[in-house]
Amino acid sequence: MDPSKSTPPKETISLEVFRYQPEEEDESRMQRYEVPLHKDWVVLDALNYIKDQIDGTLSFRWSCRMGVCGSCGMMVNGEPKLSCAAFLRDYAPGPIRVEPLNYFPVIRDLVINMEDFLHKLGEVKAWLLPDEEKPVSEGEYRQSPAELARYKQFSMCINCMLCYAACPVYGHHPDFIGPAAIALAQRYNLDSRDGAADQRAEVIFSHEGIWECTFVGDCTRVCPKNVDPAGAIQQAKVEGTKDWFRSVLVPWGKKPS
Amino acid sequence: MTSQKSKELIRPMPTTWWLGKKSYLLFMVRELTCVFVGAYALLLLVLVSSDQQTFASILKSPVSIVAHLVALPMVLYHSITWFNLTPKVMVLWRGEERVSPTLIAGSNYLVWLVVSIVVAGIAFLYG
Amino acid sequence: MELLSHDILIVGGGGAGLRAAIAIGEENPQLSVGVVSKVYPMRSHTVSAEGGAAAVIKPNDSLEDHIYDTISGADWLADQDAVEVFVNEAPEEMIRLEHWGCPWSRDPDGSVAVRPFGGMKIERTWYAADKTGFHMLHSLFQTALKFNNLTRYDEHFATKLLVHDGRCQGVAALELRTGQIRAIAGMAVILCTGGAGRVFPFTTNAAIKTGDGMAMAYREGVPLKDMEFVQYHPTGLPGTGILITEASRGEGGILINKDGYRYLQDYALGEPLDVNDPQHPRKRTMELGPRDRLSQAFIQEHDKGNTTDGPYGHVVHLDVRHLGEKKIDKKIPFVRELCRNYAGIDPVSELIPVRPVVHYMMGGVHTNIEGETPLPGLLAAGECACVSINGANRLGSNSLTELLVFGARAARAAVRFARQAVDVDGPAVLRLAQQEQERIRQRYFQPQQGKDNIAKLRTELVWAMEAGVGIYRDERSLRQTADVIRELKERAGQLQLADHSLTFNTELTAALELEYLLDVSDTVVCGALARTESRGSHQRIDHDARDDERFLKHSLVYRTDGDPRVEYLDVVITRWPPGDRVYGSK
Repeated sequence: MDPSKSTPPKETISLEVFRYQPEEEDESRMQRYEVPLHKDWVVLDALNYIKDQIDGTLSFRWSCRMGVCGSCGMMVNGEPKLSCAAFLRDYAPGPIRVEPLNYFPVIRDLVINMEDFLHKLGEVKAWLLPDEEKPVSEGEYRQSPAELARYKQFSMCINCMLCYAACPVYGHHPDFIGPAAIALAQRYNLDSRDGAADQRAEVIFSHEGIWECTFVGDCTRVCPKNVDPAGAIQQAKVEGTKDWFRSVLVPWGKKPS
Repeated sequence: MTSQKSKELIRPMPTTWWLGKKSYLLFMVRELTCVFVGAYALLLLVLVSSDQQTFASILKSPVSIVAHLVALPMVLYHSITWFNLTPKVMVLWRGEERVSPTLIAGSNYLVWLVVSIVVAGIAFLYG
Repeated sequence: MELLSHDILIVGGGGAGLRAAIAIGEENPQLSVGVVSKVYPMRSHTVSAEGGAAAVIKPNDSLEDHIYDTISGADWLADQDAVEVFVNEAPEEMIRLEHWGCPWSRDPDGSVAVRPFGGMKIERTWYAADKTGFHMLHSLFQTALKFNNLTRYDEHFATKLLVHDGRCQGVAALELRTGQIRAIAGMAVILCTGGAGRVFPFTTNAAIKTGDGMAMAYREGVPLKDMEFVQYHPTGLPGTGILITEASRGEGGILINKDGYRYLQDYALGEPLDVNDPQHPRKRTMELGPRDRLSQAFIQEHDKGNTTDGPYGHVVHLDVRHLGEKKIDKKIPFVRELCRNYAGIDPVSELIPVRPVVHYMMGGVHTNIEGETPLPGLLAAGECACVSINGANRLGSNSLTELLVFGARAARAAVRFARQAVDVDGPAVLRLAQQEQERIRQRYFQPQQGKDNIAKLRTELVWAMEAGVGIYRDERSLRQTADVIRELKERAGQLQLADHSLTFNTELTAALELEYLLDVSDTVVCGALARTESRGSHQRIDHDARDDERFLKHSLVYRTDGDPRVEYLDVVITRWPPGDRVYGSK
């Protein structure tokens, strides 16, 4: 949206923005900016206005501005939000406090270090490991609409990490695999084409896995895509428990897939 | 990659983290209710293992009445929150659609109601 | 400065880049691959694509039909050998992606489902609800995680191709975290950097679509091909430009003007069927016509006074109410979510305000059908490349498939080149990277004279492009825009940054992107001025007919010290002699 094309509204709203410039100072501080209160603006528009017109030194991530790339996660008034989906009018009269996502190290201003999450995606083997290899010449794997529905919800994760910023367990124990990574592991475990639940089990049922979760449930509450990571984790707990009972009561039985 | 990491800021988690948001506070309350559930279970054990005289006198005592007045809302809150969370744990499918979470949670309440009626019935008939 | 080096270097981590990386991981795991991306790969713009990816898979379809649809859709400017290769390899590529876990929507019998799309005679667009790009990108990204010959340079902003001895031998990339330039050498370099929609003010494109790879190649003497062909997607939300997928029309949505009239019937796109007719929507007809014709119809309706004025300019309306809530939630749920969040309406019961917005660049870095550019060691694939399969107008759902087919082809060609090439000249690459580091320091970290800021220059650029290089153009408006661009380039040279830090300096990257935008817009205007005919998405009011005799050719824009130079290259015609584009026939 181009601000110069429309007459600026008379009202303004304050943003209190977290600043951290490691080359200038060791501590963070809050900086206040006044932005016009356009009725259709989101927090991202306000941040871009600040960067373009007031303070070019403010750094933040963004890209698609339609809630699908997952770049723009930040804390807005203490809640993890996509800044492209947080409307200024919902926070009026303000001030609005904008801070980097909780529980992640801060690189600069609103930019956090997300390497930990990417590392965890690798650990849980978040990719398809088919039950049976099939040559491309034989066409697609058959998967009924009902089979697709089983894992579809967990496949909607945009990797925005709002769930990690909401999880107090992750806040206390950064080793915890975390909501999104477990949901993605479940996405593959429940995919009818996949056959590697046992390969993922070691990490999922490890000390840093699902048993760290105490079902606070905030991850599901803040998820902008209704992935329900808390649900994924609890379902994994049920599966894990069933598997344990099976292995104890029927130790000679087939290894669960 | 050997690039130098510039100084990152770590924000420590305050000990009062659970006061920061309503959802965190409600979580802590839910966890706390487990204590009361556990305590009431112990009380029940004591009651069950005592004779009819002691049973009655314990129940009539003011301590017991206060304990029950405190425990009841705790146990109710505990039960309601967990019943409402069962659809997250128990996922049932009917073709492409999930069985409605309301139905799953609701069936817990239904069973609770039936069991309560049966227990109350027994208590009145034989009490 | 340390020299990093890989066998194959890929710039851009979207659909094409990741496909290329996986191709090498699967077929040549002994080779080391570096993927340089200015954002984490799952943020790449592929993620926003919605409608679907086309490939022939159903028994009622044929490769010939897909080829013909694509060639005619391109207004005969597509290279037919490239289109043949594309259509032939598409089904295998799509099945491969399905084997990697892509959650395609299914028919009841478990086979992948397809839906109708604009300009296609038979439905062949595979889809994953209406978040196809998202699912494709995440499937590719997650699959790429399993290869350990792959090193990712996430949040490394490529600033220059390092060319030595007439060969591309690497890239200089700014590591956002540290503000340092990294020298990364590669036996072959594949550009997969996407398009440049951000040269226009209203676009479906994300912030990152700034034509980086196109400009970098252009600066090293590689020509950009067919840049004047810019696709306007007929249905973007007014104001934000957010995409409302063509799938909404594929499922039966209709376009109406201010009088509730389905105006497309006045523009040689056939007869409308009643929305409840089982044959609706009829393919290659009305709302399922090609994108260029639909966008042009909007302008003409606007000129007739039949569009509705709204807070963000004139619009028409997309009506999907007759689909019903159930179908909307099943087939186009993301459309509903976007309308509610960003247009404040619920498409189940209200009309969606839409207007054409810039969506895709048919043009790009000139490559052959293997993905090779004229510069040895440099290849390109995806939207940043122009092979050309899309010619003067792209059909919806061909570009997602294009990423897979040409990402893989470019990777294989890169491997073939690397096998027979001599080693890169490490010291030369390092020296070039050091010079680049110095150039950036001088240009952006020393005091400058300019009074402008980046936003001001960018705003002036995009509005000049909108005014002069819109859906309809003429010589006068094009020359005006060319003048503005020239002036802006000078002022950009004096740009003074507020942010002189090294850690995650996004003002610096915005300044670098502005330079890319200026180069790219220059080539678009130049190509448009030189092409004195109307074809596909390039419509000249002053030359309104298609002229095959003079212009059945690709334009090639070369950088010079003065104005860009334009040359022409014949379009490859194999089995489909140029004909008329006919839509709407029974």
